[in-house]
Amino acid sequence: MKTGSPQIPNSKRAAGLVLAAAVALVSLGVPANAADKLKIGYIGTFSGPGAAFGQNMADGFMLGLEELGGKLGGLEVELSKNDDQWKPDVAKQIAEKLVTRDHVDIVAGVYFSNILVSIYRTVVDSNTLLITSNAGPSPQAGKECSPYFFTTSWQSDQLSKALGKYMSDHGLNRVATVVSNYQAGVDALNGFKSGFKGTIVAEIMPAVGQLDYSAEIARVSSQKPDAIFAFIAGGLSVNFVKQYAQAGLMKKIPFHSIFTISATNLPAIGEVAIGTKSINAWTIDADNPENKKFVENFRKKYKRDPSIDSANAYDSVFLIDQAVRDINGKIEDKQAFIRALEQAKFKSIRGTFKFNNNHFPIQTFYQTAVTKASDGHLYDARGEAVLVDDMDAYHDQCKMN
Amino acid sequence: MKVLTADRLRGRALPIAVMATLAVIPLLMRGTGDVYYLGLVGRMMIFAIAAVALNLILGFGGMVSFGQAAFVGLGAYATGLAATNGLTNGFAHLALVVAVCGGLAAVIGYASVRTSGLYFIMITLAFSQLFYFLGVGLKQYGGDDGFNLPSRSDFGAWLDLTNAWVFYYAVWASLLVVLLAISRLVGSRFGAALQGIRLNERRVNALGLPSRRYKLAAFVISGVVCGIAGMWLANLTLFVSPAYMHWTRSGELLIMVILGGTSTVFGPVVGAVVLLTLEELLSAYSDHWQLFLGLLLAAFVLFLRDAPIRFPRFRT
Amino acid sequence: MLDPGLIFIQTLNGLQFGMMLFLFTAGLTLVLGVMNLVNLAHGSFFMIGAFVAADVSQRSGSFTIGALAGLLASFLIGIALELTVVRRLYTRNHLDQVLVTFGLILVFHESARIVWGSAPLYIAIPPILDGATDLFDGLSYPTYRLFLIALGLVVAGGLYFLIAKTKIGMLIRAGSSNRELVEILGIDVRFLFTFIFGLGAVLAALGGIAMAPILSVEASMGDSVLILALVVIVIGGVGSVRGSFVAAVIVGMVDTLGRAFLPIMLAGVVSDSVVSNYGPGLVSTLVYLIMVIVLLTKPEGLFSARKG
Repeated sequence: MKTGSPQIPNSKRAAGLVLAAAVALVSLGVPANAADKLKIGYIGTFSGPGAAFGQNMADGFMLGLEELGGKLGGLEVELSKNDDQWKPDVAKQIAEKLVTRDHVDIVAGVYFSNILVSIYRTVVDSNTLLITSNAGPSPQAGKECSPYFFTTSWQSDQLSKALGKYMSDHGLNRVATVVSNYQAGVDALNGFKSGFKGTIVAEIMPAVGQLDYSAEIARVSSQKPDAIFAFIAGGLSVNFVKQYAQAGLMKKIPFHSIFTISATNLPAIGEVAIGTKSINAWTIDADNPENKKFVENFRKKYKRDPSIDSANAYDSVFLIDQAVRDINGKIEDKQAFIRALEQAKFKSIRGTFKFNNNHFPIQTFYQTAVTKASDGHLYDARGEAVLVDDMDAYHDQCKMN
Repeated sequence: MKVLTADRLRGRALPIAVMATLAVIPLLMRGTGDVYYLGLVGRMMIFAIAAVALNLILGFGGMVSFGQAAFVGLGAYATGLAATNGLTNGFAHLALVVAVCGGLAAVIGYASVRTSGLYFIMITLAFSQLFYFLGVGLKQYGGDDGFNLPSRSDFGAWLDLTNAWVFYYAVWASLLVVLLAISRLVGSRFGAALQGIRLNERRVNALGLPSRRYKLAAFVISGVVCGIAGMWLANLTLFVSPAYMHWTRSGELLIMVILGGTSTVFGPVVGAVVLLTLEELLSAYSDHWQLFLGLLLAAFVLFLRDAPIRFPRFRT
Repeated sequence: MLDPGLIFIQTLNGLQFGMMLFLFTAGLTLVLGVMNLVNLAHGSFFMIGAFVAADVSQRSGSFTIGALAGLLASFLIGIALELTVVRRLYTRNHLDQVLVTFGLILVFHESARIVWGSAPLYIAIPPILDGATDLFDGLSYPTYRLFLIALGLVVAGGLYFLIAKTKIGMLIRAGSSNRELVEILGIDVRFLFTFIFGLGAVLAALGGIAMAPILSVEASMGDSVLILALVVIVIGGVGSVRGSFVAAVIVGMVDTLGRAFLPIMLAGVVSDSVVSNYGPGLVSTLVYLIMVIVLLTKPEGLFSARKG
């Protein structure tokens, strides 16, 4: 055991580390000055509890980039991958780095809506393009819209509105809702209420990350509704679905949900999910050549099925590719770039694609149902169209200069 | 306590060196996208302020709190809500932060200081969860999505926080003031009593000093300083969300304090800088950087740390 | 809405949740009480048990084989960890223990992600335990949850027997209340500690395996339980297995019944917007509020093992 004050040796070591770190940080920060390159700063969640989703999204994005040989619209892509750790203040710092130090042309990725809110102003106020493929909070679709912001996914309310309409159209008039207590959940519930015309017999909001849902499930059961609308956040959504099936309710109270059952966790949930319904604009069985290629390549490379996050991210790559091609690589002309993006002439894997005035897609939402394929594996099969060419509810609040 | 005095001359060399380095870094960074580095190091200094505040009650008072991040968040919310509702004056923000954090720390402290050890940890954890969920419940301010601030605190013409350089040095000066103040406090009779309470509370009470009042006072001071760190954080990012108050953030503060050493006032600054620098460096190299961080933390404590330190210890 | 049948079902739910908490907490409180060791990585054994069980039962097609594999893996890893890392921590203060075991959490977490990926794993309920059992009055309850209640009671009984009626149990009791005395008596404390740590790991793994069919088997599954476990230990008293049994049931009941009935009760009292904004949050913190109340009245917990 060493004698003497325990503090000093460690502090000297630490100080040395700090100075070395400072030097390292400076050296990491040498900016590459190259024209004829498209600089993309990708922000995703690669560690911690949100990593599975961040990874899914990034996998779709990287696949698209790979298929295009690392070039978008003929320009070489310089990509930096950044981990936001699902922390808004870390993401904010990353955004500043990308915009002020690295001078990226595009900030891409961003899974979680609280991350998007924290970086939004930093990116768009610096006239940098922000092209995301998942989060779609209402302010960005309405009052706070910006010409520099594009998303290939949707505005969060749309899917639940579609599901609400579907359930009303099919005579399910008494519904219990179970939605995780966080902002996206609240938005989803409001969206649901805008499409659903019946009675909500119970509005239940469990905490995010809750393990045991027996209390909530018993409450649902006691109300004897016609169906259930569920949105459970994150990886633990598997808990809810398994426990719901366990309680014998799958047959009695039909399960309708959004963002709760997806290609990522279907294998973990298993066959009890068969017959559950959801809403989506893209499904794995979408019938077009681009999608067939996407699904095949994804399965080959990652040995699993793509999820909606991967699909939307993949689409964003081709969106950018087409737009750059349309302006002959002259990305310095930002207004032309924006107009080219707005045209969205690329071939989307969901079929037709066009943007609304607020740079959110106008798309058709389909009912989906979990089905078992002939080879035994489970997937979300496309059903009827519920909302055709739907526009989000906030687009008229968007006044782009 | 004698140990601290004897080491003071040698012990001062490190704090002076580090603070000087921090003061000089912006000058070194000129021209290489300095705003980013000012933000990066600024964030480290902000968490250093909170870590030093935590150590006042932990290293010196023997109270391990799992709730200091809640005070950081409360300071951020006080600032953010004021700014969003038209109150932009920086001094008003400061006063608000002191009032809110001080008041709530007094209430929570009053309930908590009658416990110690593991129980104290859990009570502070409970309160921080409460505030986290209150933040999530503020749906008109984005709930857990959080909200953006329109502008930085307005301290008048002589302190223009919208200038990144001025902001950096304002935070640096803040850290310096906090260090000097807490150093003074620890070296005073109050500090002596506090450390006595950590060593043997019963004896201190037998000497006629009301131990709970001292602990409460320290807890309130710690809460207020954490709130000030929160005010800076809200200003730095121009963004506030309940994530700042999550118990895992309190855990990180704890890590910073333990890493840097609990027996000095300055240790937590080193801990904060090292931990955040490590996170920044490691995350650039691998998605699985948390694995390396975990190994480094465990190895550091097992091999580099010296003889088993006697204090603080939980009383269970 | 508040019919007796529903109340009975919710009570069973609370009991079952309490049993799960007990399985997880029993090992943790023993380790803390006897060895004075704060082991934040306890949740990792919960996770390892579940992961190995899921993986092996899928490959072998048998839940039982998977379960045994999970218990064995956890036990071996626990022993290995104790012999290498953990025993260096006994002489350290609690904060050092927190830092090291926190580092271990990160290591186990990422290792699980590296080995099995980020997506959750599948594990099926063994067929004989699947489905629902009819109780009375037309009420039925999932069989698996009845099994969990039974399992919790069996483990509680087994631990009681171990601690109250065996020699090792006597050493555990002695060690909980006065470790120095045990050492002075010349007992090989090292073996005792290794045994207790291994026992804790197995108990946590058992909890993880038992819960795996109704939970999401993914890397962070142990972390969520850890916080609740700490609440249970604090309410029940450090080092007391009996305390953690009672406290686990209390926590399970309060949490479940709170989630089941509080929103309904609030709806009549406060405005709708308050209920929808703050109701869920209040429900989430209910358990902590109960803990605070217990601490303010009985600061050492309900059944503290420490004497003096």
